[in-house]
Amino acid sequence: MAMTMHVNIVSAETEIYSGTVTQVFAPAEMGEVGIMPRHAPMLSTLKAGEVRVIPEEGEEQSFYVSGGILEIQPHIVTILSDTAMRAADIDEAAALEAKARAEAAMKDKASEMDYARAKAELIEAVAQIETLKKLRQKK
Amino acid sequence: MSGAKEIRSKIKSVQNTQKITKAMEMVAASKMRRAQDRMQASRPYAEKMRTVLSHLAQAHCEYKHPYLQDRDEVKRVGYIVISTDRGLCGGLNTNMFKAAVNDMADWHDKGVEIDLCVIGKKAAAFFSRFNANIIARADSLGDQPTNENLIGTVKVMLDAYDEGTIDRLFLVSNNFVNTMTQTPYVSQLIPASGEVDEELEHHWDYIYEPDSKPVIDALMMRFIESQVYQGVVENIACEMSARMIAMKSATDNASDLIKELQTVYNKARQAAITQEISEIVAGASAV
Repeated sequence: MAMTMHVNIVSAETEIYSGTVTQVFAPAEMGEVGIMPRHAPMLSTLKAGEVRVIPEEGEEQSFYVSGGILEIQPHIVTILSDTAMRAADIDEAAALEAKARAEAAMKDKASEMDYARAKAELIEAVAQIETLKKLRQKK
Repeated sequence: MSGAKEIRSKIKSVQNTQKITKAMEMVAASKMRRAQDRMQASRPYAEKMRTVLSHLAQAHCEYKHPYLQDRDEVKRVGYIVISTDRGLCGGLNTNMFKAAVNDMADWHDKGVEIDLCVIGKKAAAFFSRFNANIIARADSLGDQPTNENLIGTVKVMLDAYDEGTIDRLFLVSNNFVNTMTQTPYVSQLIPASGEVDEELEHHWDYIYEPDSKPVIDALMMRFIESQVYQGVVENIACEMSARMIAMKSATDNASDLIKELQTVYNKARQAAITQEISEIVAGASAV
């Protein structure tokens, strides 16, 4: 019996590939790696490039990844592909934007959060919804 | 025939409301199906992420990432609260806020301060009303949120943790049980913990490319993002099904109301006719 391993290629938005294969090629940070079953555990970031898998049966398949993480366990290979464009400065800009949005909304912030008042209002709202439900059931 | 006209216009207005709630119900139903598909599609990533993380937590690595370490002293905690942008979805947001506020109040009682990151307009409106300290927000993500829209918001919280401003990070969202049931939950994102896999209990470590620190940093960041993204996607599925149920019951209520009003209207009409006849008869006998 030929040695095989399980490969999962997933991205945040969908599952790309899952199956039993004999060999995987992935664009790791320091050059392309070819992985066979019983590889030592390894963790690497991926560059943008092509991931190729040779399934147990059938034709070789290839997928494009724009970066991500590669995890290797002796019989399981997991490729976590990125969907978003990633770069330190892009992330930083996005963070600043999120902060700005929060600050704009907080301009007239007074002192401290009033938990007691928040709790009381929520209890009232929940009670209202419960009562409405009960009223409906009675009918 | 006094009152009959008023009743008729009232019936008309309830009927118009019913048309709207019916339409909203159908829109929510079709969106719900797509939201559920999206939730299913993004699940494998979040699950695989968790698996890799629990492997990593068991590896005997020389570099321990701060997200995996418990800080002894907790002075300030962070919350990421995921809510909907729009209302009319029953008690979905209210129940979730209640879970969040209860949890926050516990910390507050211990003298721990709280920073918030809000996703969705409803959470922003609710928490700013109570003067919570909101340090990041994102809204109008639409029905198809992308990771790009969340990266910035999550990074603000991660930076706060890195700088030591906050010592713990929690995620508050709704769990999609089924179309009828959604349960709010509060889960701890940082420090992260993985399940223990007995097969991996021996002493081992990964080979890292290029080096352990950048790889683990990248992984941890994506792990947190994936959990938040999954929360957002799931919350949309919750929103749509909660709205569908709420609008369905509103439509049913409108039907009941119309039926009652119709009876009242018929009675008023009959009374008016009876009165008219008796007036005619009385008038004829008087001649």
